[in-house]
Amino acid sequence: MPRKDTFEVARIRRHLAGHTGKEYWRSLDELAQTDEFQELLHREFPVGASEWSDEPTRRQFLTLMAASLALAGLNGCSGQPEEKIVPYVRQPEQIVPGKPLYFATALALAGDVLGVLVESHMGRPTKIEGNSKHPAVPESFWGGDELLRPGATDVFAQAAVLSLYDPDRSQTVMRRGQISSWDALLGELNARLQLPQAKQGAGLRILTESVLSPTLGNQLNALLESYPQAKWHQYEPVNRDNAHAGARLAFGEDANCLPHFDRADVILSLDCDFLSHGPGHLQHARQFIRRRQVRHADGHEAEMNRLYVVESTPTITGAIADHRLPLRASQIEAVARAVARRLGIEVAAPPADRLDGVSAKWLDALSDDLQNYRLERDPGSCLVLAGPSQPPIVHALAHAINERLGAVGTTITFTEPPEIQRVSQSESLADLLSDMRAGVVEMLVILGCNPVYWTPADFEFADALSKVPFCLHSGLYQDETAVVCDWHVPESHPLESWSDLRAFDGTVSIVQPMIAPLYSGISPHQVLAAMLGQPGRTAYEIVREYWQQQQTGGDFDDFWQQSLHDGVMAGTAFPTKQVSTDGLLDRVAEETQSVGDGRSQAELGNENGGESGGVEVVFQPDPTVFDGRYANNGWLQELPKPLTKLTWDNAALLSHQTAAQFGLSDGDIVEIELAERKMHIPVWRLVGHPDRCVTVHLGYGRTHAGRVGNGAGFNAYRIRTSRSPWFATGAKLRRTGNLYRLASTQHHALMDGRDLVRSGTLDEIRHHPDHPPLMKGGHAESAHQDSGHNDSEHKGAEHPSMFPAWEYKGYKWGMSIDLNACIGCNACVIACQAENNIPVVGKSQVLVGREMHWLRIDRYYAGDPKLIEPETYHQPVPCMHCENAPCELVCPVAATVHSDEGLNDMVYNRCVGTRYCSNNCPYKVRRFNFLDYADYNTPVLKLLNNPDVTVRSRGVMEKCSYCVQRISAGRIQAEKEDRQIRDGEVVTACQAVCPTQAIVFGDLNDAHSQVTAIKHQPLNYDLLAELNTRPRTSYLAALRNPKPNL
Amino acid sequence: MPQVFHPSMNTISRVSIFGAVFIAAGIGLVGYVLVRSPYMTEAGVVRTQPVPFSHKHHVADDGIDCRYCHTSVENSSFAGIPSTKICMNCHSQLWAESPMLQPVRDSFRTGEPLQWTRVHDLPDFVFFDHSIHVHKGIGCVTCHGQVDDMPLMWRENTLLMEWCLDCHRNPENNVQPRAQVFNMRWQPTADDENHALLDSAKLAEQYGVKSKMSCSVCHR
Amino acid sequence: MTAQSENPQQDRQSRPAIIGPGHTFGTVTDKISAIVMTSRTPRGWYIGFAVSFALMMLLFLAVAKLFALGVGVWGIEVPVAWGFAIVNFVWWIGIGHAGTLISAILLLLRQEWRTSINRFAEAMTLFAVACAGLFPILHLGRPWLFYWLAPYPATTGVWPQFRSPLIWDFFAVSTYATVSLLFWYVGLIPDLATLRDRAKGKFAQIVYGFLAMGWRGSAKHWLRYQRAYLLLAGLATPLVVSVHTVVSFDFAVAIVPGWHSTIFPPYFVAGAIYSGFAMVLTLAIPLRMAYGLQDFVTDRHLDNMAKVMLASGLIVAYGYLMETFIAWYSGNIFEQYAMLNRMFGPYGYSYWMLIACNIAIPQLLWFRGVRRNMALLFVVSIIINVGMWLERFVIVIVSLSRDYLPSSWDYYQPTFWDWATYIGSMGLFAALLFLFVRLLPMISIFEMRELLEEQEGHA
Repeated sequence: MPRKDTFEVARIRRHLAGHTGKEYWRSLDELAQTDEFQELLHREFPVGASEWSDEPTRRQFLTLMAASLALAGLNGCSGQPEEKIVPYVRQPEQIVPGKPLYFATALALAGDVLGVLVESHMGRPTKIEGNSKHPAVPESFWGGDELLRPGATDVFAQAAVLSLYDPDRSQTVMRRGQISSWDALLGELNARLQLPQAKQGAGLRILTESVLSPTLGNQLNALLESYPQAKWHQYEPVNRDNAHAGARLAFGEDANCLPHFDRADVILSLDCDFLSHGPGHLQHARQFIRRRQVRHADGHEAEMNRLYVVESTPTITGAIADHRLPLRASQIEAVARAVARRLGIEVAAPPADRLDGVSAKWLDALSDDLQNYRLERDPGSCLVLAGPSQPPIVHALAHAINERLGAVGTTITFTEPPEIQRVSQSESLADLLSDMRAGVVEMLVILGCNPVYWTPADFEFADALSKVPFCLHSGLYQDETAVVCDWHVPESHPLESWSDLRAFDGTVSIVQPMIAPLYSGISPHQVLAAMLGQPGRTAYEIVREYWQQQQTGGDFDDFWQQSLHDGVMAGTAFPTKQVSTDGLLDRVAEETQSVGDGRSQAELGNENGGESGGVEVVFQPDPTVFDGRYANNGWLQELPKPLTKLTWDNAALLSHQTAAQFGLSDGDIVEIELAERKMHIPVWRLVGHPDRCVTVHLGYGRTHAGRVGNGAGFNAYRIRTSRSPWFATGAKLRRTGNLYRLASTQHHALMDGRDLVRSGTLDEIRHHPDHPPLMKGGHAESAHQDSGHNDSEHKGAEHPSMFPAWEYKGYKWGMSIDLNACIGCNACVIACQAENNIPVVGKSQVLVGREMHWLRIDRYYAGDPKLIEPETYHQPVPCMHCENAPCELVCPVAATVHSDEGLNDMVYNRCVGTRYCSNNCPYKVRRFNFLDYADYNTPVLKLLNNPDVTVRSRGVMEKCSYCVQRISAGRIQAEKEDRQIRDGEVVTACQAVCPTQAIVFGDLNDAHSQVTAIKHQPLNYDLLAELNTRPRTSYLAALRNPKPNL
Repeated sequence: MPQVFHPSMNTISRVSIFGAVFIAAGIGLVGYVLVRSPYMTEAGVVRTQPVPFSHKHHVADDGIDCRYCHTSVENSSFAGIPSTKICMNCHSQLWAESPMLQPVRDSFRTGEPLQWTRVHDLPDFVFFDHSIHVHKGIGCVTCHGQVDDMPLMWRENTLLMEWCLDCHRNPENNVQPRAQVFNMRWQPTADDENHALLDSAKLAEQYGVKSKMSCSVCHR
Repeated sequence: MTAQSENPQQDRQSRPAIIGPGHTFGTVTDKISAIVMTSRTPRGWYIGFAVSFALMMLLFLAVAKLFALGVGVWGIEVPVAWGFAIVNFVWWIGIGHAGTLISAILLLLRQEWRTSINRFAEAMTLFAVACAGLFPILHLGRPWLFYWLAPYPATTGVWPQFRSPLIWDFFAVSTYATVSLLFWYVGLIPDLATLRDRAKGKFAQIVYGFLAMGWRGSAKHWLRYQRAYLLLAGLATPLVVSVHTVVSFDFAVAIVPGWHSTIFPPYFVAGAIYSGFAMVLTLAIPLRMAYGLQDFVTDRHLDNMAKVMLASGLIVAYGYLMETFIAWYSGNIFEQYAMLNRMFGPYGYSYWMLIACNIAIPQLLWFRGVRRNMALLFVVSIIINVGMWLERFVIVIVSLSRDYLPSSWDYYQPTFWDWATYIGSMGLFAALLFLFVRLLPMISIFEMRELLEEQEGHA
């Protein structure tokens, strides 16, 4: 294997030594310019992937021929096929044909709840925005109708609307693989419930995900009352057991902790990816970034918070950290202890060997910052967080440190848990399993989860299930569980059924349907009602009645209407809970003693104990398909994962050193053996990953996900055991010698000294608020001279032109993207996809480099020659709408032209597809329909399309339009009211979803608009300004706030 | 050796050579006319409808305002096609027995909507908004013609892009007073205040009607 | 022979003569027209035609596939949105140039040695342009709308965008095709008449007669004919320069590093002539062997053409040199990187192959021995053809694969259908050529006669 020894740190050091200032690289190999890297450059794409993937049958072929010919004829003349108009018989009051309606509802996203506004066209939900009234949703910049004020959302919420229409969703009640009916089910269900031994509910078990719906909880409790011996179990593969146990450990009672980043100056994250997911992550992101944004006004007094991250798997949280320490997950407890001790908490000292790779200097600096970041010491300006994958003791330590630093009550507060019944889910599931094996379980009702797929491997759920005489599964898909259950009930999608959900702070939202169930779905409420002997009842009646009982005094109808309208129920938020902190420190201290010589709990639990030559395996939810529930969602599958830029697959992520050690390279399939369990998975090397450690993301390798999800990726649950659900040591890595083709959308992040992402430190700003040195071209081999000036006004002077500058009389649209605020969460990418009917092209096409996303997020690494802590930068790149657009003058048919508001219009129906514009676009933001990507064949997916945006046919160029349909709607509205468009009245889809408001859009002719103000910031710069394209989209340089001399 | 061709061939060939130019030109001209002819554009072609609805009768004779049926014309892109309910508002009393209205009554009874054939059918990549045109004082008659003279509905104009552009280039020629937008027979008249002739150009200025020629105005 | 050698002027003019000894009007006419008139067709012709016809069918299959599914059947992607189609287009257009150059410019320069090669050089031009013309249409995303590039009063009220080089292309290429066709056809008329008179069958008589447009060879005819021919030559001459200049604008006007260069027009034209002559040789050498035309297409012809090739080759070499120098001299990191990427990037091999094919190996032509050695000359001409194709590959694809933002860099991989289309177009070219040599005189009979007369006159 020649590749084995191609990697040498020494060569990299030498290579880097030659460079002053920042150096950007794609991979360590790229630095070393090794043969392997050369090889990588020659990466071959499957020759003819395109046509193999769409190999047509002869008939298809002929029809296609006919179609193209017919089309040819059609375009010759203006004749059209006859169309019908079908008016209502009795038109509903609110509906105005051609105008969308917005409804407030809420979505449960893996233990988190998000309030959303759903845009509905003639009864078709097409787009989801956040509901800014909801506590978990930070509001967007908005100058339009106050009632419609949108808020941020995440990728899962955006993609929910695609899942709603998913043609692969389960459509009928099934009985042992045969199509059956709801009535038949009711018959058998009642029959069984009437059986003498079942009278008390002995042998009746109900398995759910963590239940956040008060009504559902109420029904379950009612069920348990009428069947006293029945049991209710909850399990989700990505649960917060550790956090809960940690809280109990620290405070002796259940407590739900709410961090307040808006008050935190120094933040320490112990493997806690608080920006990606978890309850309230959008608010966290907003508050966190608020404290990092530096505006010119701040001048010398500019302030930023400082984030320390100790993590194993590189995450977007680690990417934005000021100091990131990559460690194996099992080491993090040791760090927590070390820090605690430095802050004077009497915990047992971690064994030295657990702290290898951790410099005392680093820990000192950290604890020093935690104590006195500000000169005037103000307690409680710090925040320490532990990740859900860390054992309870780490959470307890975090609480202890917070307590010691006076953070409790200021930067972190507590409430009652929002779950209806908080249980340790792993224990709950273990109980169920033992009962099932013991054969005492007569009836198992599984509501909306997929245990056969995602329960720990050592439980062998499917096997245990075979011992259960009657099992009923209710879910969105006929998934792995559905096919082995006796009965399967198609569950109604949250967007087509009534329910309610409790957010992380206790606030309740009513979930209301946007559309009648597409596939005769039945809500869990109805299933439970049926078991309670009330088959006829609708979810609406159940939910409404429950709240009617809850509500005391006042007119319920008003209350109900108001709650529906606002999307939140007034006054349902929990009050802050006073946790008893006395004795906290001692409790934690002695706990650490009891745990013993510092072996983390996970390791103690681990069969093959220590790590004799083995590597550590880390399990994390996937950034796009999460725990597998979104596996059949094409948008999420094709969404490039934040750091790896991989699509359609998961991979074994490991560091370059470790890869070299095992002679591995990207795409090599390895066998991971963990406690006699094996899985095969291709390798992907990731900068910033700790050594001797492998990360595998959950949620892939589905067998019954649907046409999209089946066969994508590799199932990590097969080696995930109940004893070490998050990380396990002592795994064996074996190279199989087979190769696998992983589809990444970015092959290079080497900037070649090109001045693409500008970045600097807070100090630079403080010392030179007007002309920070970082804006002077960034690094030594800077491309150009004019990078010092940033105002688009100056550009004219720099690039003299024979033509007078064009005068924009009316509006002059422009966008600014703050690289300091961008956390790379991908929400904008998928929001754009949803808003603009952007097709999914499939893995084979992504492999050939034909993904269609109008907005992409480029990821670049910057770093110091230590190669330990790479700085990571995200750069969203939409169309720049250049003033001097290179694409425009090369189009032979004038299909892309400038509008009188400065937009670079793309006219699909005029495009003949020369692709010259794409060649001439220096930003490569144009996307081409190489094949017929738009789905014209699946009727149900047509309902999903945004009616205000053309669906592009084959052979047509497309690109970001600044959401021109929204601009147009805004303009028409304003004209009708004889006024100008207000600032913030038109927000682009990407702007609306951005949790950190990194994207700002507006009128540059409006001196008071937000975007104009931002473009005058000294940190403002144009991408590739030297080309004199005069982009309308400009960037704000990224800033970091590192501790001096660390 | 005998001649291959008859002497007349000379004339024929000469004629054909010189004729070629004119033939080519002729073909071009025919094409030019053809694509603009009703045969292609279906302008002036009456469409068969489930019910022989007469705009002439309802508008001219009965004097019903456009908005009575086309309810959303002022506030939506889509003017709106009347629901069966709207028809029945009157026809439950008038012509309640007329066989011609049988489909309407059936629809109202069964809840099966009527299926009208689209007369003004723009391609799907064209985004036209009625409300803004109406607001800017573009009368119905400008695009739809003398609807009050149409016993059965037909397309008055070609709806070709060049036709749209004619007006988008110089909209001021087609502006009516907002109050008169739905008046099929409006003529410039002296307005009361200053007895000047109230013509389109003035109105255009007053309503801030601008020439909108950017592609994204109609294509998105 | 002796008679000639006594004539100093003749010596200067031709050594060896440009037409074999002992030929009379009769023999010339017989020899050339016999190829067409002779009843039995050589087996070689059938084999050759069968092969090229098969390849042509492959082209049609590829095109059908293309129209059915879209340009996605090719390897193109973003950033490399132009692939083989454009490479082939430029390559074929380039090849076309030799014909026009030989027939028009050499005619005006009174280089009478051209006469024996101009006919099939022109034919070659015509077929090459036909092949070239295919690609811009095929490579469109919606090929059935190609006519939108033509300025005509459309019902959309929209006109083409005249700033776009592709529109200039549209005009340049179509003009070029038309003029070449006329030029070639007018040149054919007297010979068509000859064929008409010698044709046996009634059908052949009618066809040739029809095409001959009633030519009787009267003094009046000749007078007008000469005038028209000269006029067309005058028209065609600027095209030799204009067409490839315009084609080069497709690249020079764009801002892609490696395209945006002022030297493109001249060195595209030189390159065109270079490849054109290479192709003429590639065809002439086998043809004259197959049909024993050594007397008409003599070694001197080949020698002259080799010289022209050498000259234009050197201009091309200068072009490369300048490109590299300017890239360095500009101090523009994008230009510099583009050049380095050509040499040492993932496609480095193609660049060095191109240098070898277009610059290194052709230097052999300095040696008379090589120029006079048919086999060697043939091989060299083939190598140059390959080299010129590589040049376009490097310009189009390598430049695109890595431009401004590293995040978008990607690697282009041709698919089976890319190759099928390319090879297929060669099949089309060859098939047309085979039909031509079978059905029409590949050497201008009457011009050879004139030549003969002149020589007699000198003698």
